Amino acid sequence: MTVTANPPVRPRHGRPWTMVERNLMIYRHTWPVILAEIFEPLLYLLAFGLGIGALVGHVPGLRGDVPYPEFVAPALLATAAMNGAMNETTFNLYAKLTTDRTYESILTTPMSVRSVALGEVSWALLRGTLVSTAFLAVVSAFGLVHTPAALLVVPSALLIGFTFASTGLLVVTFLRSWQDFQLIQLVMLPMFLFATTFFPLNVYPRPIQVFIEALPLYHGIELTRAAFLGTTSAHLAVAVAYLALLGTAALTWAVHRLERTLRD
Amino acid sequence: MGTSAPAFRELGYWLFRYRRTWRGSIVISVANPLFFLTALGLGLGKLVDRDGALHGESYLRFILPGMLVAAVMQTAFLEAAGPVLQSVRQRGNYRAAAATPLSPEDILYGHLMFWALRAVQNAVLFTGVSVVFGAVDPARAPLLVPIALLVAVAFATPAAAWSVTVTRPSQISAVFRFAVLPLYMFSGTFFPVEQLPSWLRPLAWATPLWHGVDLGRAVALGTATPFRVLVHVGYLTAMAVAGLLVARRNYRRTLHV
Amino acid sequence: MTAGPVPILAEGLTKTYGGFTAVDGIDLEVRRGEAFGVLGANGAGKSSTMRMIACVSPVTAGSLRILGRDSATDGAAIRARLGVVPQDDTIDGELTVRENLLIYGRYFGLSWKVLRERSARLLEFARLEDKAGDAVGTLSGGMRRRLTIARALINEPEIVLLDEPTTGLDPQARHLLWERLHRLKQDGVTLLLTTHYMDEAEQLCDRLVVMDAGRIVASGTPAELIARHTSREVLELKFAADERQVMIDKCRGLAERMEELPYRLLLYTDDGEETLAAVNARGVRPRTALIRRSTLEDVFLTLTGRSLVD
Ligand SMILES: Nc1ncnc2c1ncn2[C@@H]1O[C@H](COP(=O)(O)OP(=O)(O)O)[C@@H](O)[C@H]1O
Ligand SMILES: [Mg+2]
Repeated sequence: MTVTANPPVRPRHGRPWTMVERNLMIYRHTWPVILAEIFEPLLYLLAFGLGIGALVGHVPGLRGDVPYPEFVAPALLATAAMNGAMNETTFNLYAKLTTDRTYESILTTPMSVRSVALGEVSWALLRGTLVSTAFLAVVSAFGLVHTPAALLVVPSALLIGFTFASTGLLVVTFLRSWQDFQLIQLVMLPMFLFATTFFPLNVYPRPIQVFIEALPLYHGIELTRAAFLGTTSAHLAVAVAYLALLGTAALTWAVHRLERTLRD
Repeated sequence: MGTSAPAFRELGYWLFRYRRTWRGSIVISVANPLFFLTALGLGLGKLVDRDGALHGESYLRFILPGMLVAAVMQTAFLEAAGPVLQSVRQRGNYRAAAATPLSPEDILYGHLMFWALRAVQNAVLFTGVSVVFGAVDPARAPLLVPIALLVAVAFATPAAAWSVTVTRPSQISAVFRFAVLPLYMFSGTFFPVEQLPSWLRPLAWATPLWHGVDLGRAVALGTATPFRVLVHVGYLTAMAVAGLLVARRNYRRTLHV
Repeated sequence: MTAGPVPILAEGLTKTYGGFTAVDGIDLEVRRGEAFGVLGANGAGKSSTMRMIACVSPVTAGSLRILGRDSATDGAAIRARLGVVPQDDTIDGELTVRENLLIYGRYFGLSWKVLRERSARLLEFARLEDKAGDAVGTLSGGMRRRLTIARALINEPEIVLLDEPTTGLDPQARHLLWERLHRLKQDGVTLLLTTHYMDEAEQLCDRLVVMDAGRIVASGTPAELIARHTSREVLELKFAADERQVMIDKCRGLAERMEELPYRLLLYTDDGEETLAAVNARGVRPRTALIRRSTLEDVFLTLTGRSLVD
């Protein structure tokens, strides 16, 4: 061990990428987890697409009738992107903040709170890309994909991932105990069920439609479904803007709050 | 069983812990059926009921018993698997209890009573919400509670028997994802098993959840025959007893070494 | 060793949590290459001070300059040149021993090539070569501590901060750690460490301060502190309950200072054997008599002036 008093080689200070490297290193041991994440939406697709699809037939009112499996597949992808991102930045992050106290040691290095936050969000996005690409591949093997535009579901899943990873990061700064995860569940479950995942908006009376249209997942599903089915409309710009704005705002606020809790 | 009093002490421990979380759990037990019945029963039901695919039965009435039984199974598994794993760890509460006059069997029976109580709580609230929804005939609704209890015990005992030997939490989430969730979705819960490809149907008929779902549905819709009820109840009871026997052996082996 | 900026210079350093003042305006100057100790009981404010110096906890008031830079504005640049061993081991439980070193080094922006070489050297330094591929959950307390110290050295820091490095370790593990810290000091690293233990401070520190309730109540070299605030040795006597008071009265005047505790009588002296002989000469027959070296506890008893008899 030699230590010099010379000015040290100026290290390149904490970039978010290092957080991703940490998580990648862990995934070398625990990669099967990602399989489970792909398995779950496929299971839903089988049950709802095929089982219930046979009861439902076609879904009316969507520019011609769409077979039910093709109606739910993109929605399941969107919700998988949402759940994957939220899990990463709420459940896993809360464990790192409380029981594991992972960040305490990281913050004794030149890494900033902002880099840590951006790193965790980037990691959630990387996982999301993997999951959505795999899901798309399986779904097209089932013969449910009819347009090359369907490739756009990957960036749209990424955008959903960004919005919900950032929102999760913000939410986690408000949690007081593990009990509070029940509250998150209480919001996430109805969002999953009602945001046009399993049936179109037009089954609702108008006042409820307005409420559904305010949900971020609704916009995520619209976007993914449009890409998957190769349809376009002016609304898609609104959806992109809504998700991007929500994600950016949540991320900014989350970094601000994390800075206060982690550097006390 | 003989030694019932010590088992009640173990039950007391779990009830004491439950004091901190019961409010949240009641909210969840009411909110879950509310969300599922509205979204699937009413929302998705609108699409399903267009062409009378279920022979005149509304989709809402069709899925209610399935969702109830599947939800009870899921809770039973989650409450038996995770907490047992936590409790049996070196610093867990099973270890503390095993150092007292409680026997491993007492610990098991006490915990099992807690799962049973939770299942009854869930089932009562679930059917209550369903009656309000008009998803089940109020006269038949109370019959769903003992059915739910039987399903919960049938799943909780094998889950506990296995979890007490598990070493890593990831094994539990793997079983949940790869065994419990598929059961949840393919045991006739959301659609009749007859929709499955013909080679898959016998598999579905063999699963314990299907027996619970079909029993619940036959009772709720008033189509039960004595033979059907006997087969289903027999299957689930056998599973509960077998689970209990293995669990007793595993608890003893793990806690008294 | 060139005379660079003062490694650590604090003036009126203060930390409050809500309305509670944990560190109450302390002054510190740590010189290049020395080992500096901060002693204090639990809650004295040692960790709060260390965390401010590590630039992970903002200073409430006062000034704090590390290596010539302001801690408030140059946190990241300062942290790049520090090694931090926190009070609780914050090892990454999801990584193996070696991965802990590698990833921690990456947070400093060091290249994989440099890190592979350094981690091998540090594993040897911490005597963890055999554990390199193991999960950290399998390590003993002493091994975890050594890993944390090895990790703190990955960036070849100029200052190493150690918060209670040996609390809770068995004697062998403590001695191994002390030996490693000596080696660091010989290499010219500036050490700042907190401890409960006087023997540790005497082993390792050139100078030290004693903290109590957020303030510095004494400072100097270990020898100076003991000379000033307590004697070198302490004679502890226990008596049968019925003759206790008589015996205590007989002992008066035998030591420079005497302290009466509910079950013991403490005599502060520079030579315990001699004092014990004097006690015996006066016909005092204690049930037990114990001669031990002074500890931080004794310095404290003096500094806080609790129940002094003489
Ligand atoms: N994050 C915190 N929030 C509130 N109070 C704290 C916090 N950290 C420490 N304290 C309080 O400050 C005082 C000094 O603590 P600390 O610096 O940890 O002392 P030491 O390391 O000497 O034991 C204690 O009374 C402690 O309870
Ligand atoms: Mg401390």
